[in-house]
Amino acid sequence: MSQWTLFEVFVRSKHGLNHKHVGSVHAADAAMAIENARELYTRRNEGVSLWVVPSAAITASSPDEKDPLFDPSEDKIYRHASFYELPPEVGHM
Amino acid sequence: MYAQMVETGAKRVKTLEEMSPEERAFQERIDAEVKIEPKNWMPDAYRKTLIRQISQHAHSEIVGMLPEGNWVTRAPTFKRKLQLMAKIQDEAGHGMYLYSAMETLGADRDEEVEKLHNGRAKYSSIFNYPTLNWADMGAVGWLVDGAAIVNQVVLQRTSYGPYSRAMIRICKEESFHQRQGYEILLTMMQEGNEAQKEMVQDAINRLWWPALMMFGPSDADSPNSAQSMAWKIKRHTNDELRQRFIDQTVPQLEFLGCTAPDPDLKWNEERGHYDFGEIQWEEFYEVIKGNGPCNRERIETRRNAIEDGTWVREAAVAFAEKKKKQQAAA
Repeated sequence: MSQWTLFEVFVRSKHGLNHKHVGSVHAADAAMAIENARELYTRRNEGVSLWVVPSAAITASSPDEKDPLFDPSEDKIYRHASFYELPPEVGHM
Repeated sequence: MYAQMVETGAKRVKTLEEMSPEERAFQERIDAEVKIEPKNWMPDAYRKTLIRQISQHAHSEIVGMLPEGNWVTRAPTFKRKLQLMAKIQDEAGHGMYLYSAMETLGADRDEEVEKLHNGRAKYSSIFNYPTLNWADMGAVGWLVDGAAIVNQVVLQRTSYGPYSRAMIRICKEESFHQRQGYEILLTMMQEGNEAQKEMVQDAINRLWWPALMMFGPSDADSPNSAQSMAWKIKRHTNDELRQRFIDQTVPQLEFLGCTAPDPDLKWNEERGHYDFGEIQWEEFYEVIKGNGPCNRERIETRRNAIEDGTWVREAAVAFAEKKKKQQAAA
């Protein structure tokens, strides 16, 4: 079975929500991956839609690059609404 | 516990000062309860031990389907048959989640399954006992899944991210297993005739001690515990978890109106726990070595399943290739 393609599985739990990664399955092709994913990840109304993507097709960021990639966003507090103090008279904004 | 006596290769736990800088950063991350993810650096022994532990856990789920499969065609009603099939399908699913988690460590699924089939990998001792009467389906769900839950609930906080996430998913489903098992026994005790009630007591008599053995040897005989606990791939000792299981199970046993096959089982006010009798460890070690009542039959069934299914897997690949060619031509 390891010779079969490994697919990553994404499930959308309800209409309107985004697909979320839940795990992986092995399958001979994409159609079989959908069937296997249905049996494995949606036995209890977990989803209304499935995506399967060959794992090899995913490019991931490297853990070594975590700091250069994500640190810069930490000191940009002015990107958050809470940074801007408005007088109470303005009301909810 | 579904994983018993997992070898770590460590004679003693290194102190932070004795570790290389990488190893030390890794241990500090674990100490801070930050999850280790597949692409993070990890010591070789951590990786190997986890592959052993997770594969053993996965094999237990897969072999665990067999004692229950015995009763699919024999379930007393259609309702019970559907419930049993749903439970067995869950066990297959749990095996799959765990094999996937294991693969993130670089292990090959086929190779690990082959180790199970040639006797180099273990699975939980409990599944080497036969399921002789219908009440066994109740007792397995209640006691065996109950013991597994005690172990798995704490493993939700294990240090390896993919293993932890598999455990969270599995725990959500396990409580159905335990409740359906207990309900089988309760129905037999409350609505059954004398013979049926005797079946319940008989099932408990046979499965009680093997269920307690699931947690593995007592702490004094668990040389690998210290390293596994430092790595947080084990969060409580075998004896702690066994005691927790007994404490929560005895009131349920009493509610059923049944007894445990242990004359020493009694509440200890001072300790705030139940005392219990000596476990027959020779039996446990024999079962682990492959000499339990059903070891050979279980492995043979698994091997046949893989061999007999070869043509199905080959046909699936041939069909996928044919479709790909058709699509390319169209």
